[in-house]
Amino acid sequence: MVTTEKLNLLAPGHRACPGCGAAIALRQILRVVGRETIVVSATGCVETFTSPYGQSAWEVPWMHSLFENSAAVASGVEAALEAKGEKANVVIISGDGGTFDIGMGAMSGMFERKHNITYICYDNEAYMNTGVQRSSATPYAATTTTSPAGKNSYGKMEFKKDVPAIALAHDVEYVATTSIAYPQDLMNKVKKAIGIKGPKYIQIHTPCCIGWGFDSSQTIAMGKLAAETGLVPLFEVEKGKQMVVRKIKNTKPIQEYLNKQNRFRHLAKEDKEKIMEKLQEICNDNVKRFGISE
Amino acid sequence: MSRTAVMEGSFAVAEAVKACRPEVIAAYPISPQTHIIEELSKYVADNELSSKYVRADSEFSAASIVYGSSGTGARSYTASSSQGLLLMTEVLYAMAGTRLPVVLTGVNRTVSAPITIQPDHQDTMALRDTGVIQIYVENIQEAYATHIQAFKLAEDHDILLPVMVCMDGWILTHTFEPVKIEEQELVDKFLPPFVPKYRLDPKNPLTYGSYGDDEVPEFRYMMHFAMEKAKTKIQLIAEEYKEIFGDYFGGLTEAYKCEDAEIILVAMGSVIGTIKETIDQLRSEGKKVGVLKVRTYRPFPAEEIFEIVKNAKIVAVIDKSISVGQGGQLATDIKAALINKKTPPLVYSCIAGMGGREVNINTVKYIINKSENSLITNQVPDIDYIEIKRQYLE
Ligand SMILES: Cc1ncc(C[n+]2csc(CCOP(=O)(O)OP(=O)(O)O)c2C)c(N)n1
Ligand SMILES: [Mg+2]
Repeated sequence: MVTTEKLNLLAPGHRACPGCGAAIALRQILRVVGRETIVVSATGCVETFTSPYGQSAWEVPWMHSLFENSAAVASGVEAALEAKGEKANVVIISGDGGTFDIGMGAMSGMFERKHNITYICYDNEAYMNTGVQRSSATPYAATTTTSPAGKNSYGKMEFKKDVPAIALAHDVEYVATTSIAYPQDLMNKVKKAIGIKGPKYIQIHTPCCIGWGFDSSQTIAMGKLAAETGLVPLFEVEKGKQMVVRKIKNTKPIQEYLNKQNRFRHLAKEDKEKIMEKLQEICNDNVKRFGISE
Repeated sequence: MSRTAVMEGSFAVAEAVKACRPEVIAAYPISPQTHIIEELSKYVADNELSSKYVRADSEFSAASIVYGSSGTGARSYTASSSQGLLLMTEVLYAMAGTRLPVVLTGVNRTVSAPITIQPDHQDTMALRDTGVIQIYVENIQEAYATHIQAFKLAEDHDILLPVMVCMDGWILTHTFEPVKIEEQELVDKFLPPFVPKYRLDPKNPLTYGSYGDDEVPEFRYMMHFAMEKAKTKIQLIAEEYKEIFGDYFGGLTEAYKCEDAEIILVAMGSVIGTIKETIDQLRSEGKKVGVLKVRTYRPFPAEEIFEIVKNAKIVAVIDKSISVGQGGQLATDIKAALINKKTPPLVYSCIAGMGGREVNINTVKYIINKSENSLITNQVPDIDYIEIKRQYLE
């Protein structure tokens, strides 16, 4: 670990916002995947802030093509390596929009064809690159620029899509959720994934200070709270083995998480108690379903 | 030794692709492209071809897969038609912009709506601005040879653009003709393994698909410049092919009996055969008619076309597609090639053969007859919809 700790394959000077959760995820991922890696990314914040022409921050080979095809492009990369008898980790790093929504078909195809690829979704819970629009990863009741609160609306009216379950339904080799707030957990999971042959899916919770509305010094704290309330369960499922869940000693009330973010501010203002209760219910359900409590 | 066999057009294309030894093939089925990709899967299943064959989940993914494999330095191939080609559109722009030398077959079929599997050029015409080189072939033998030439062209370090071989669905893919299949050793000599100029490789980490804040005009210009260079390259490659295999299939255009022609028809694809046949008949009656086949549509050989048609009195252009609200795409480009020239011939734009409507000898004769009338009255209709069922228009 001592030698890899020093490895930084994301050059400084990229254009991420201060306090960007996705940038933290990148550094943690690259630290464990190492140099023998080819990364494919979808259009989104990561693509935009790392790749300006002539100023790429990537010190591993990296390919971006479009918003909705990173899983297919990576399938081609992997096929080419196989055809040539070469070896490298093929890792996708794409956003929740590029994964949950527009890239779902390509990802499903990649899983089904059993490519030897680690698909990592950095989940900041909205289309941040285009100005914080709703995605199907946006949590229930959060406001975004396309799911604003109003007379007739309390923000996003639908629940977050369960993509890890969708990955599991494809019978992939490994599925995990993790968070930048738990770097060791994140790195262990990425490391485990790249060591397994076949398709793998990792979903990383990456708070976004601009999109969620919190101070840029609080990114990690926000990630921690998301896990501690039970809203974002952290688990892993290795094929053929039992699910392993990260336990939380004393889960915190969802209120604590909501109060700190502008995207949920409307819930405090008006009489939205039912909505709050619903959010708490989601957390309670997670705690029960995943056995989060110690 | 080469061998000549009577075979279906699709199988001839599959033979050609096999001989080029693509390292990665990705495809998704759609009529009338299916027989090509089925035959290729059979080769792989029978171990006659060692390609990695990826059965994609859509044409969008198929194009994306060969995007990734080409970027990783593998010779890559795909094929599609109609809706499938349209679904690839976004990827094709990116592929050309990223300068990835993928070869694909555009098996021509019209696009919905109305839905039908009949052939015309509406699908590939929609892709003419992508930066993908487009070569339209007339017959099965030419389809065979052009695929082999296409890889050499795409992979040339001065070009590095995707190349699409456009062939009329059904008319060329599902009919049988004698085809000369070349010896593998000679194909290997003509087309050595792909040597990428750049590729994804951990030993030399490069960034593909950068965010371009202030580079767009330059990148587009460089693509255009590569297209210009392709005009010479296509001819050189055709000549090299002839040297090795003994047959020549034309470079950018082919002029048939155009030298002294007063009326020159211009068209692309399989309809050229029918037009040649008609020209022969009319020539025996003493009519000064000829046909110009546009083989390479992108890059568009405007200068060469002008040189061929400059002494004609009228040029009748047959488009098997329409830019709705404007007219025939080929006719528009032909007009552009003639503008600013002294005493250019008249241009008569005919829309024919859309949705598989037959273009036979009588159709061609009708067009020539109308061209003759135009010369007498010195009036050309802006656009003429050939053999349209007028009752629908009332
Ligand atoms: C086909 C297509 N549709 C829409 C867009 C515009 N677009 C670019 S990035 C983006 C959102 C990306 O969201 P996500 O994947 O969550 O990544 P993030 O920006 O949050 O990092 C959108 C909508 C696009 N580039 N391509
Ligand atoms: Mg996002």
